[in-house]
Amino acid sequence: MLFEALTLQLGYNATLVTIGATLLGLTAGAVGIFLYVSKRALVSDAISHATLPGIGLAFMAMVLLGGDGRALPGLLIGSALSAWIGLLCVSWLTHRTRLTEDAAIGAVLSVFFGAGIVLLTVIQSMNSGRQAGLEGFLLGSTAGMLWNDAMILAAGGATVLAFVILLYRSMSLVAFDPEFAAASGTNVRRVELAMMGLALAVSVVGLKVVGLILIVALLIIPAVAARFWSDRLKRVVAIAAGIGGASGYIGAALSASVPDLPTGPIIVLIAFAFFAISFLFAPGRGVLAVVVRHRRFQTRVHVRQGLLALAQGQPIYEPLTLRLMRRAGLIRADGVATDAGRGQAARALLDERRWEILRADPRHEWAAARYDGLTPLETILTADQLAELDLSLGPEAA
Amino acid sequence: MNVTLAADHGILTTPEPSDAPLAIRGLTVSYGEKPAVFSVDATFEEGAMTAIVGPNGAGKSTMLKAALGIVKPLSGQITCFGRPMAETRTRIAYVPQRASVDWDFPTRVIDVVTMGLYRQLGLLSRLTKRHISDAMACLERVGMEDFADRQIGQLSGGQQQRVFLARALAQKADLYLLDEPFAGVDAATEKAIIAVLQDIKDTGKTVVAVHHDLSTVSDYFDRVLLINTTKVAEGSVAEAFTDDNLHTAYGGRLATAQMRVAG
Repeated sequence: MLFEALTLQLGYNATLVTIGATLLGLTAGAVGIFLYVSKRALVSDAISHATLPGIGLAFMAMVLLGGDGRALPGLLIGSALSAWIGLLCVSWLTHRTRLTEDAAIGAVLSVFFGAGIVLLTVIQSMNSGRQAGLEGFLLGSTAGMLWNDAMILAAGGATVLAFVILLYRSMSLVAFDPEFAAASGTNVRRVELAMMGLALAVSVVGLKVVGLILIVALLIIPAVAARFWSDRLKRVVAIAAGIGGASGYIGAALSASVPDLPTGPIIVLIAFAFFAISFLFAPGRGVLAVVVRHRRFQTRVHVRQGLLALAQGQPIYEPLTLRLMRRAGLIRADGVATDAGRGQAARALLDERRWEILRADPRHEWAAARYDGLTPLETILTADQLAELDLSLGPEAA
Repeated sequence: MNVTLAADHGILTTPEPSDAPLAIRGLTVSYGEKPAVFSVDATFEEGAMTAIVGPNGAGKSTMLKAALGIVKPLSGQITCFGRPMAETRTRIAYVPQRASVDWDFPTRVIDVVTMGLYRQLGLLSRLTKRHISDAMACLERVGMEDFADRQIGQLSGGQQQRVFLARALAQKADLYLLDEPFAGVDAATEKAIIAVLQDIKDTGKTVVAVHHDLSTVSDYFDRVLLINTTKVAEGSVAEAFTDDNLHTAYGGRLATAQMRVAG
């Protein structure tokens, strides 16, 4: 079943949903990274919750005008308008009052969501029959997804991606250094609103697939997962888009292949799996890599200290040092140095002496800056420079 | 009362429009109801290095930010080379305070320097080899070329400051504005930065820096603007950086002994 779903052979609706979810994840990942690096991720949560009253009002308006209350384009336009108002409220509260952004987000999110729920309740008591299904926008409902719905997703996603490329430089500049951006003539406020506008677009086109409560996860999780893999913004954007797209694809296929699995939540859980993998296993920033690096460093420090102690005939008390040196074959079980241990100890002491002379000599300032107690001086100086240095060491060096 | 003062200081007595790299007339900036900068006139001369000096909270950084349009002033007029600031931005480079930036941002040293080129690149045109080598040349001028591929958070404070300076150099400006360039950097970096600034000045460009270390003002700078919310003095170091003026600017907060060092 899953294989058929992944290869898009599980029927018309499942295929539409899978393609749609992939596009949505891709777009959400690419936009989300900018929210994340400018530390505005939660604004998107306020935006998505603020879509709800717009959905309700659009439904009512379309019914009153005698149309089909559930026409998706109308509902999306309504949701976009109310989300935009919500966004302006957050922006206004943050810039014009003493409220901080988190407080503004909390206020806007809850008030708009509350108003939306009230409207949905009112709609349920209206006489216009086919209203059932608006709750589907809360968590997404892909069962009845149509060709047109998928087209809206595709067109919306493509537009958003085009804007990400167009605004890449402005958004990265503003996210990294807003003061410098403003001084260079960038309209910081406008770029920030544009960035939020993109998040809004993602939220609106994502209503059908993951719903307004969980869309924030699709904006944030691929972004934070991607950050573990690279220190270059361009790559992080591409990786976030990739993780988002893969989450949408795998999540939708999985939910299509098992009866009654909800699409949106499954997509979010798959995205979380990507995050967990990145968090644990990414080279460089991943938790395991950090632990391993720290252990290696710790070992080098302990062994070096132990060797220096050996060379100077001082006792070693630290149990960890003794254990590490024993494991490296530098000392025997009874603590006496082996031949290898004596050799390395002598070399470590020589290296330390050379460093001492180097660091006392202002001519070697650039090299002295690289002293960390571990790096052998041979890796920094040329043989000639070492020989010159050894002249001032005296006869014992030879 | 305030209104007349503003008129006295600024608008009514405004001198002829100046062609100076940066001219500030009647600038007032306030956060809330308390002015941080009140009715300041200042003219920054071409080809000179000017220090903006004053006690903490005197409005030094605020004045610079208002001059650049980062902070919106309450009133006042800013001209740059005789024309409104908005038209002359391409001739200005800015080095913000180091603390204003998230240093864990996913960007490398070379990427930060190329940000100085974005203005001439526009939205979409590609970064070419020539742009990259321009950026590398700027890094070389500040002695940071070996660090081009590092993530910026791995640098020391002084190195970060030099990267900011390299980014400003990449902007190829005629007027360089720096906000506390020596804050939290070691002596070696301070020397390296001042050498680059002297270099900029020697090519006839103008340098303006917010500065807090009184003991180095006369070594590093040609001119001084002394402010404490309002302007206290302006002129060459010999004219403006006097004991009397420092007393006025710093009040009782500065011991005379400290001023001896400064003077």
